[in-house]
Amino acid sequence: MAERTRFTLNGAAVEVAVAPGERLSRALRERLGARDVKVGCEAGDCGSCTVLLDGAPVCACLVPAQRAEGRRVETLSGLVAQDPVTRALAESFQDFAAAQCGICTPGMMVSATALLRETSAPDEARVEEALAGVLCRCTGYRKIIAAVMAAGAGRRRAAEGGVGAAIRRIDGAAKVEGREAFGDDIAPSGTLEICLVRSPHAHASFTFGDLEAFAARPGIAAVLTARDIPGLNRFGVIPAFADQPVFAEGVARFRGEPVAAIVATPEALRGLADEDFPVVWQALPTVQGPAAATAPGAPQLHEDRPGNVMCEGLVRCGDAQAALAAADVVVEGVFETSFVEHACIEPEAGFARLDGDGRLEVHACTQAPMMDREALARILSWPEERIRIRPTAVGGGFGTKLDLSVQPFLALGALRTGRPVRMAYSRCESMQSTTKRHPARIRLAVGAAHDGHLRGVDFAADFDTGAYASWGPTVASRVPVHASGPYRVADYLARARAIHTHAPPAGAFRGFGVPQAAFAQECLFDELAAKLGMDALEFRLLNALDNGVATVCGQVFARGVGISPCLEALRPGWAAECAAAEDFNAGGGSLRRGVGLAAGWYGCGNTSLPNPSTIRAGLRADGALVLHQGAVDIGQGANTVIAQIFAQALGVPLSALTLMGPDTDLTPDAGKTSASRQTFVSGNAARLAGAALREHILRLVNASAGARIVPDGGRLRILDNGKTHEIDPARLPPDTEGYVLRGEESWDPPTRALDENGQGAPYAQFGYGAQLAVVEVDMELGTTRVLRMAAAHDVGRAINPLLVEGQVEGGIAQGLGMALMEEYLPGRTENLHDYLIPTVGDVPPVEVMIIEEPDPLGPHGAKGLGEHVLVPTAAAIANAIAAATGVRPRRLPITPARLRALIREAGG
Amino acid sequence: MGYLTPSCVDEALEILARGGVFVIAGATDFYPARDAGPMPKLMDITAIPGLRGIRKEGGSWRIGATTTWSQIATAALPPAFDALRQAAAQVGAVQVRNVATIAGNLCNASPAADGVPPLLVLEAEVELASARGRRRLALSRFITGPRQTALAPDELLVALHIPAPPERARSAFLKIGSRKHQVISFAMAAALIAPDAGRIGTARVAVGACSPVVCRLPGLEQALKGRPLAVLAEPGLARDEHLSPLSPIADIRADAAWRREAAGVLAGRALNAAGGPADG
Repeated sequence: MAERTRFTLNGAAVEVAVAPGERLSRALRERLGARDVKVGCEAGDCGSCTVLLDGAPVCACLVPAQRAEGRRVETLSGLVAQDPVTRALAESFQDFAAAQCGICTPGMMVSATALLRETSAPDEARVEEALAGVLCRCTGYRKIIAAVMAAGAGRRRAAEGGVGAAIRRIDGAAKVEGREAFGDDIAPSGTLEICLVRSPHAHASFTFGDLEAFAARPGIAAVLTARDIPGLNRFGVIPAFADQPVFAEGVARFRGEPVAAIVATPEALRGLADEDFPVVWQALPTVQGPAAATAPGAPQLHEDRPGNVMCEGLVRCGDAQAALAAADVVVEGVFETSFVEHACIEPEAGFARLDGDGRLEVHACTQAPMMDREALARILSWPEERIRIRPTAVGGGFGTKLDLSVQPFLALGALRTGRPVRMAYSRCESMQSTTKRHPARIRLAVGAAHDGHLRGVDFAADFDTGAYASWGPTVASRVPVHASGPYRVADYLARARAIHTHAPPAGAFRGFGVPQAAFAQECLFDELAAKLGMDALEFRLLNALDNGVATVCGQVFARGVGISPCLEALRPGWAAECAAAEDFNAGGGSLRRGVGLAAGWYGCGNTSLPNPSTIRAGLRADGALVLHQGAVDIGQGANTVIAQIFAQALGVPLSALTLMGPDTDLTPDAGKTSASRQTFVSGNAARLAGAALREHILRLVNASAGARIVPDGGRLRILDNGKTHEIDPARLPPDTEGYVLRGEESWDPPTRALDENGQGAPYAQFGYGAQLAVVEVDMELGTTRVLRMAAAHDVGRAINPLLVEGQVEGGIAQGLGMALMEEYLPGRTENLHDYLIPTVGDVPPVEVMIIEEPDPLGPHGAKGLGEHVLVPTAAAIANAIAAATGVRPRRLPITPARLRALIREAGG
Repeated sequence: MGYLTPSCVDEALEILARGGVFVIAGATDFYPARDAGPMPKLMDITAIPGLRGIRKEGGSWRIGATTTWSQIATAALPPAFDALRQAAAQVGAVQVRNVATIAGNLCNASPAADGVPPLLVLEAEVELASARGRRRLALSRFITGPRQTALAPDELLVALHIPAPPERARSAFLKIGSRKHQVISFAMAAALIAPDAGRIGTARVAVGACSPVVCRLPGLEQALKGRPLAVLAEPGLARDEHLSPLSPIADIRADAAWRREAAGVLAGRALNAAGGPADG
């Protein structure tokens, strides 16, 4: 069937046999090795596969390969090598840290190249138009726009610098040159592929037909079901709650749950239709939403979890009911949020093989390599030592890649067939089956005295945790700790329940339920301030938590409570923007502007549980200073930040380091990339490891603590008080790993367990933030545009301010999507044109204000950041909408139809 | 051969007459809608030179079937086509507009197809060809339902014909979603106004994504004819009775009540934009 197609690829003539109708993206990646062309959706929605066809940007996934016949195709790797425009753009992207995870970068840069060939100095509107077809989930787009506008302006940012320096990412070059290898970029072409058979129903029993006959079809190497699992057909990120089967057994509990896997050649898989697989489904009654799930007589998802209640969390101090009864003013409300999809532009993908020693090697995009290894060991009933996890570059994680996805299927497929296997979820599969942000239904009452002081908070939330536990228990325990917001609340009661429903598992998503709680709490704070006749900012400042003041858990921080400085930083903007909005609205018309603000906090690290990180470093006999960095960089910048901390502790330039990326064979456990913990926890381990190695080096020559270490062509020169010592590592005895000197240190944030009232010390530090949003609402249509945002975040110490800005802007983009457009509906929004995430035109300019209230425990005072960046966003936008319209949205997302209905009800 | 690339219309029509092929042009709707399973036999019509491009034929205009949205967005066309060019500039993003075609948009027959409202106010006709001959059909009769058209299995949509617009006519297009780019319309409207001595000589308005098939609002058009141009700036131009041709549904994007209301608002704004003072 294959047909010869000839075209020019990056300047070279190519001839390739393609299947009729084969997508150009597939031909480029699998037949011509152009893995710099990324595939994110196969529907023209994400633009990551953008290539130039005769100079014009097109989505390679929507172009039949045959149509390239006789034409010119250019991809990022070729453009970077050959076109000065793209080379300049690559420098600019690095200067602005415009690539975070890097998965959208090829699409962005190729699209931008087409624009820059037309005009060397495009204005922002032209850039926006050119990039509108490429989705980015990490950056919030602002740095990308800036990078394109400044392309060609010359290099402006250093690659070298210690703590506090806004240097380029150390892993940026690969991202902008198309060399970064993500989950689907590892497997050789022609590798056996795995395709899953998934439940088309939210709840169904099923029986298989003749699997053996099916498996005997040509090209099919194996068919796997639950009975093929050597160990435990169960996994889950929290061992006590592990409940999710790799393959459902008899009953599927959510649409998209896998029941079988087909391992086959690519050609055989592409010839299969869904109905070819022998399985018969019997749809069963479902429960959707916690209210239905907890109603009497509701179908039960798990026998051992009566009432579909998986778990509950509680924090209580003082007497909330009595305080509310005695309060002068009380406001209350019910707030609802939706399933939110992570929408990583990289769908889950990986590759696995058995190595020469019969060990299993899994390459996949993951945020938690050590947890993956533990889980696979249980599923395979293998010792962990026989499993090696080699994380690929991760094209967006945000929490969803903490859970297993492709890994068990890859492992089982490689074991069963004895051959290398690969798989990549389609966009639809990724959306159907991976974790989501928990929808919440929150009932909240807040009281205050006439003088504005808070008097009682009563919070109760039900979270839809879907069919399986995932991180639901974490949400249930974390939310009550955070639902007060960063305020002093003496009388407090917060309860959270995680409820099972027939929906995809809800898990970790940037904030673990805290953004949902903040939406309710910060909106009610605005209502309360209004009732009190107080300014919304001053009301928050009056009640802000402070050093020496107990949190609702009774935890007292002597230093580092940074919420007041964050709020103070917003004060000038708040006054100016409120006045400007008033002026605008005086002009009449259907557009109304409003300004809103919200604050938030986020406890860094696991809740009252150990979560140590270990960092290893060593001096090799050849003089290399090697940093074993096991903290997965999912785009947030751990590779750079941890190296900056380590290099400063060791006292050498970054360029002197040899980095060894995460690999369970090579890097000690730096824990998972979650809970805003890598800068804080792994950063501390890196600081200690650097100091330890430095001490060993200096001791060797009896140098003083202030001596300088200068790597010099395989040797180290030690400059100490005018004397120079030389260390020739080649003359020192190496250990089994080849190190002549090494430093390996662990650090675990000190916490204390929560008692039955949630009292204790859940986190060793919190990060704080406050944001201000200016919106414009079309009162007749209910549409909202966010015009500007200002964000003040207390990071303790900005190890790399450039990356801090990137986190803030990216978090705001996700919070904006959650506020205005994102709602995952199983079976209905399983692609990126029905499930909408913000485009380049939706994220407004963000004024980032970095606040540095040093944390006594953080490395150089640093605090975690990754999550509090989006905790206040949806609330700030909702408050701005309320200010603009006079109506109060209590359900996210605030779609045009929902907002217009509120305005209509109010007579507008 | 599973992938056919006829180089002239007659060849394409011969292939169609034999049957068993799926016609693709830009293919931007074809690929996203594909399920798992074997690829159908495809006929790619984009290599047929005569099917692409815009030209004036006497007083009317001919837009070839495989003319891309990028070509339309940047074409030199009279102000009556402004709505079409504005819609063209908002079909997907540039990657899609560079390959997606006007005929594909019509044959895909989505109720939210961006091209349809502007073409309805231009009173476009489609030219359908088959080995049996050629026929022309008003666009309003070509699209018969969601994803349904009057195209016979052996027919190919080869061109659109747009009669000479009324003198001094201008048009405007508006669409609404919950984000700025790559929007599948929650609701949209196109309007065309031709002035006549300070009054409305011709008013045409079409609303999309608010009924199974994009439709004109004849009641509103009639009500406006002959009235002073200044009424176009008045609020509440589209009244409930004018919206009776619509039958909006609730879906993932919006509910029916919002759609009905938004249709009226957008129709009014599009009319005002089309009838307001010309730019520059």
